[in-house]
Amino acid sequence: MPTIKVTAEGTPALETRDLSVLYGETKAVKSISMEIPRNKIVALIGPSGCGKSTLIRCFNRMNDLVPNARIEGQVIFRGENLYAEHVDPVEVRRRIGMVFQKPNPFPKSIYDNVAFGPRINGVNGDMDEIVEVSLQQAALWEEVKDRLEVSALELSGGQQQRLCIARALAVTPEVLLMDEPASALDPIATSKIEELIQELVKNYTIVIVTHNMQQAARVSDYTAYLYLGELMEYDVTDKIFTAPSERSTEDYVTGRFG
Amino acid sequence: MSDASERLLSTPPDLVRRRRWGRAFELVCLGTTVVGVVFLAIMLVDILIDGAGWLTGTFFTESPSRIPSRAGIKPALAGTLWLMGLVALIAFPLGVAAAVYLEEYAARNWIQSVIQTNIANLAGVPSIVYGILGLAVFVRWMFALTGGRSVLSGALTISLLVLPVIIIAGQEAIRAVPGSIREASYGLGATRWQTVRHHVLPNALPGIMTGTILALSRAIGETAPLIMMGALTFIAFVPEGPRDAFTVLPIQIFNWASRPQDEFRNLAAAAIIVLLVLLLSMNAVAIWMRNKYRKEW
Repeated sequence: MPTIKVTAEGTPALETRDLSVLYGETKAVKSISMEIPRNKIVALIGPSGCGKSTLIRCFNRMNDLVPNARIEGQVIFRGENLYAEHVDPVEVRRRIGMVFQKPNPFPKSIYDNVAFGPRINGVNGDMDEIVEVSLQQAALWEEVKDRLEVSALELSGGQQQRLCIARALAVTPEVLLMDEPASALDPIATSKIEELIQELVKNYTIVIVTHNMQQAARVSDYTAYLYLGELMEYDVTDKIFTAPSERSTEDYVTGRFG
Repeated sequence: MSDASERLLSTPPDLVRRRRWGRAFELVCLGTTVVGVVFLAIMLVDILIDGAGWLTGTFFTESPSRIPSRAGIKPALAGTLWLMGLVALIAFPLGVAAAVYLEEYAARNWIQSVIQTNIANLAGVPSIVYGILGLAVFVRWMFALTGGRSVLSGALTISLLVLPVIIIAGQEAIRAVPGSIREASYGLGATRWQTVRHHVLPNALPGIMTGTILALSRAIGETAPLIMMGALTFIAFVPEGPRDAFTVLPIQIFNWASRPQDEFRNLAAAAIIVLLVLLLSMNAVAIWMRNKYRKEW
């Protein structure tokens, strides 16, 4: 299958080449070749089990933690294959951050949640400043600046998720991966996260998995439609939702199945 | 009209019968619960009546004696405290390390499952078997290190006995730490060690503490393996180092209880009270520590 490129300038932030993921005998992702343009929001959509979460977890080697997952093919980041012999997954995950489906703050203070990443990576700097800047970037600073020592578990679900975003930003990644970041949140918290994503894309490349097609249509620049582990179609979001070239894409985005 | 609707929704005979079975089952469960608690209470009252009067100052400061009024538990109490302290020092780090290895590091292959199965089996091995092992390995073979029938040999033996329980409890506590916390940590570029050190262990610690205390509670009453490996039944001094000979409270209790005179039976009851107080305060300390750690997250 040829690489599906989207019309964007410059070198892509990430590029997959014939990327496949196997869980034992099952192929969850089938030789996907695609480019993720820099400073854009790319949405991965498709029905449950289509491989979109598996695919996004290839971008920071999170699949390494799954026993018996096997990855074939390449993911190119800054000219290096993430799966090359010399690559250290720990360093990959520092540069390519991730926000998970369910908010998963550490059972520590708000401050310590954000400071954890810089601390373990041996960052020498004004930690108070790093924490403040990260929380501001995640649009959470105003709500928590007077109670940084409070346990993160006391925050609401939406605040927890923005804290998780702040925590990911604190280690200064270049790419932010979001695996259904708003699926556990109410509509107001969801719209806050969506606004935040729009703001963050100025400085980061964002890949977002979502079950919610309206969300993909609202926030993303490009949309990739996956079905049964295959990349069916990948294009500018407007085109995917208004004039898709594939029949199955059209069926999915119009709600005829999935 | 109202009559008809009442009849429709009033209790049918079949439901009365079903309820009766439910009620009967509830009573059976209540009965079995009460049996355990009542017998425990009777036992405690009986022991308190027999022994409370003998809990004098001399009882704690004297060594065992042929004259009941001059007999005390000082060496046995000291031996028990020595033993518990050493067991905690030996078994806790070993058990936690093993649990961390098995949960966080070991590959899920047949070697791991063989180890796992055998740990579960070891937890069920009769304690006297550990006594035989302790006699052969720690008392005889490692004589130069342990000094023979010493409190150190006893502690090593009891540590082997409680290790499987600590490992299994530790594994359960570690498994209870949600995978999402590990993902969050790895996702920030933490190494495995950093993830274990900052997230898995602190979150699992309350559970590990509970398991360790339960294991030590079992150990504090152990008698058979210590007699087997040669702890003394009559001793008139306090161990001053890990290589000294020793006895423990349950052995002292057994010794007194097997004598014909009533006074010695009362001494045994008094020693049982001390053993129970020791056990309950250990548990209290553990619960306090657990709550303290839980608040700090």
